[in-house]
Amino acid sequence: MSTSPKVKSAAVAAKLKKQPKKMRLEPSRLVEAPKGTPGPYKLPKNQMFQDHRKFGFSNIMLVLVIAFLFMPLFVVVTYSFNASRGMRWTGFSLEWYYKLFFDSKELWRAFANSFVIAITSSIVATFLGSLSAIGIKWYKFKSRSYIQVVSFLPMVLPEVIIGISMLIFFTAVKIPLGMFSIFVAHTTFNLPFVFLLVSARLEEFDFSVIEAARDLGATERQTLMKVIVPSIMPGVMSGLLMAITMSLEDFVITFFVSGPGSTTLPLYVYSMIRYGVSPVINALSLVLILGIMLLALGFRRFLKTIAASS
Amino acid sequence: MGKRLKGFDVTVKDVSRAYGNFKALDDVSIEIRKGEFFSLLGPSGCGKTTLLRIIAGFDSPDNGVVLLDGKDILPLPPDKRQVNTVFQSYALFPHLSVYENVAFPLRLRKVPAGKLDAKVRDYLHLVQLDNHMDKKPSMLSGGQKQRVAIARALINEPSVLLLDEPLSALDAKLRQNLLVELDHLHDQIGITFIYVTHDQSEALSVSDRIAVMNQGKVLQIGTPYEIYESPATDFVARFIGETNLFPAVVKQCDPYEDYYMTTLDIPALGTEIKVTDYDNLAVGQHVSFTVRPEKLKITGHQPTRVGKDINLFRGIVEEPIYSGFQSKYYVSLENGTVIKVIQQHANYMDEGPDIDWKDQVFVSWSAEDGYIVEVVDS
Ligand SMILES: Nc1ncnc2c1ncn2[C@@H]1O[C@H](COP(=O)(O)OP(=O)(O)OP(=O)(O)O)[C@@H](O)[C@H]1O
Ligand SMILES: [Mg+2]
Repeated sequence: MSTSPKVKSAAVAAKLKKQPKKMRLEPSRLVEAPKGTPGPYKLPKNQMFQDHRKFGFSNIMLVLVIAFLFMPLFVVVTYSFNASRGMRWTGFSLEWYYKLFFDSKELWRAFANSFVIAITSSIVATFLGSLSAIGIKWYKFKSRSYIQVVSFLPMVLPEVIIGISMLIFFTAVKIPLGMFSIFVAHTTFNLPFVFLLVSARLEEFDFSVIEAARDLGATERQTLMKVIVPSIMPGVMSGLLMAITMSLEDFVITFFVSGPGSTTLPLYVYSMIRYGVSPVINALSLVLILGIMLLALGFRRFLKTIAASS
Repeated sequence: MGKRLKGFDVTVKDVSRAYGNFKALDDVSIEIRKGEFFSLLGPSGCGKTTLLRIIAGFDSPDNGVVLLDGKDILPLPPDKRQVNTVFQSYALFPHLSVYENVAFPLRLRKVPAGKLDAKVRDYLHLVQLDNHMDKKPSMLSGGQKQRVAIARALINEPSVLLLDEPLSALDAKLRQNLLVELDHLHDQIGITFIYVTHDQSEALSVSDRIAVMNQGKVLQIGTPYEIYESPATDFVARFIGETNLFPAVVKQCDPYEDYYMTTLDIPALGTEIKVTDYDNLAVGQHVSFTVRPEKLKITGHQPTRVGKDINLFRGIVEEPIYSGFQSKYYVSLENGTVIKVIQQHANYMDEGPDIDWKDQVFVSWSAEDGYIVEVVDS
C-alpha cells in the first residue's frame, strides 16, 4: 500500500519536488522579523485594553450618578445634626436625636405598626406567591397564561387606583379600616412581585434534578424538602426582602385603607411634614439608613451560612 | 468471573410508547444480560431516552413489560427500583457541594456518619475527584460534573446503571478519556451498564453488545463486530461507519468445492460484481449490497493480476480528503457513480499520498469483502 509505482499526472509530479526526509524547516522561516514588525504577543496600541483608571467619560458619569443618588441623603443626614430648625447651619447638636428617641411616642407607634404589617404581609405574600409560582410552573393547565397575565395587573396599575378600589372593596364588604385592611392590601400588592421573583428562579431550575432525586431514592416529600425548596430558596428570600421593603415604604395604598390607630410610618411622616419639616425626621432618616444597612449585612451573612451549611 | 454477576439482567418485552399519534417506541424487545455493557445506539429522536426513562421509572409504556432480574418493575416508583441514572444534563443538585451530592442517597437512607463518610470518599476516589469535594457543581468542568453524576449514581450500589449520553457535552479528546474510564469502571464494579448514545464510534469501542434503533424500532442487536461487519438493514449499514451501498439483483449462484460465488447485477455500477459466501440466495432476488470503504484498494495503475474473485473498476478521483493517518477518496466511476475509498497510511510518506485530485485510479475489492445487507422484497 505504501510505495505504489509512481504513475502520476504531470501536475502531481511537479508538486511533489523531491525533498530530503528530515529537514523540513527552512532556515528562512526562523529568521527574525523585519524591524518594526509588532511582536507576536504585543497588541497594537489602539487595541490594548482600556486603562480604567483613566478619567474617562464613563467614570465621570459614574460619579455624577452616585452624587445624584446620595446627595439628598447626605443633606438630610447633615441637617439632622443642626442645632436649629431651618435650613441654616447653626452648629452641631444631638437635640433631634434626643427628641426622636425620648419624645416621639406617636412616631414609634407608627413605626411598630409599619413593622408588624411589613413582616406579616410579606411572609404571607411570600408563602402564597411562591406556591403559586411553583404550581403554575409544575402543572400545565389551560388558564395558566391568563393567571400569569392577571397576576401582573397590580404591578402595572397606578397605586392610586389600587388604593381607591381597595377602599371601595373594604367598605362594600364591611371590613373595618385598620391594621387588618392594611395587612390585606399589602399582601395583595406584594404577591405579584414575589410571584415574579420566584418564577424567574424557577425558570433556571433544572427539572431533571427532581427526577435525579427520585432516581436516587428520595420520596416525593423528600424531593420537595431536600431538593426543590433549597434550590429555589434564594428566589423566595429575595421575594421576601422585596415584599418587606415595599410594604415598609408604601404610602399611597396605605393612605386609602388605613383607619384610626393604624397609622404607619410613611403616613405619620407625611402628617408631620404638613406642619413643616421637623429635623426629627432627618434624625429618623439616619437611624433608618443605619438600621437597614446593618440588617442587609446581617442578612447576607445569614444567607451565606445557610448556603454553606445546607 | 464472579464479580460479573453483581448486576441484574434487564428484559424489555414488546414495549410501546406513543405520544398522541407519534410512536416514540414501537414494540421494542431487548434482553440485556447480567453485567453487560449494553449500548442503545440511534439517531436523535429515535426513542433512546424514552426507553431509558421507562426502565428508570419516569415514564410508563402503553403496553409491554420490563423485567429486572426476572421481576416486573413497572408498578414500582423510581425510588424503589434498583436502577440509577446518569442524566444527559448531569442533574447535579446546585445547592449541594460535590461531597454532599454524592452523599445524598446515603443521607436519605440514614447511613451512620462514619460509614457514610468512608463510602463517599471511596466513591469520590473511584472517579478521581478527591480534590474537589467541597466545590459546588457550578465550579466544576464538564468532565468533573459528569464524574460526580456517576459517583452519585453508583453509591447506592445499583444493579443496573443507566447512562443517557453522559459524554455528549464534552469535547472529543475528553470524551475518549472518559469513555475509557467508564469502561474500566464497568470492569471494576461489574454491574450492568445501559449506555445511550448517538455516537457510533463510542458505542463500538466499549460495548459488549449494541442495539441499533431508528424511529422507535430496534433494527439489530449484536456485538460491535456483528453490527459493523454484518449490518441487518440498509439503515444500520449507513449509520454505523461509512459504507458504499447499492441495490442489486442476484444474477447467478455458483457453488464451488468449499464456497459459493454469487454474481450480482448492480445497475448503479453498470456491471456485475462477485460476492461470496451466500448459499441461500435465489436468482432474480432483489438485495442490498454493501462494501466498506476501507476494504477497497485504490491504485494509480492497473493491477497486474486480477483473479476471478476481484471486482475491479476504473475511475477518476473527485475529492481526496487527507486526514493524517488515512485518506478518503470519492472516486467517480466510468458511469458516474461515486464510490468512497479509504486508504490507510501505514508507512512514512515522503511526498504525501501519491493519488491526487482528478487522477485516474483503479478501485478493487475482493469478493469476500462485500456483504449483502438485506433482502428487499419487491
Ligand atoms: N413528552 C413528550 N411529548 C411528546 N413527544 C415526545 C415526548 N418525549 C419525547 N417525545 C418524542 O419522542 C421521540 C423520542 O424521543 P427521545 O427523547 O426518546 O429521543 P432520543 O433517542 O433520546 O433522542 P436524542 O438522541 O436527541 O436524545 C422524539 O421524536 C420526541 O419528540
Ligand atoms: Mg435522549
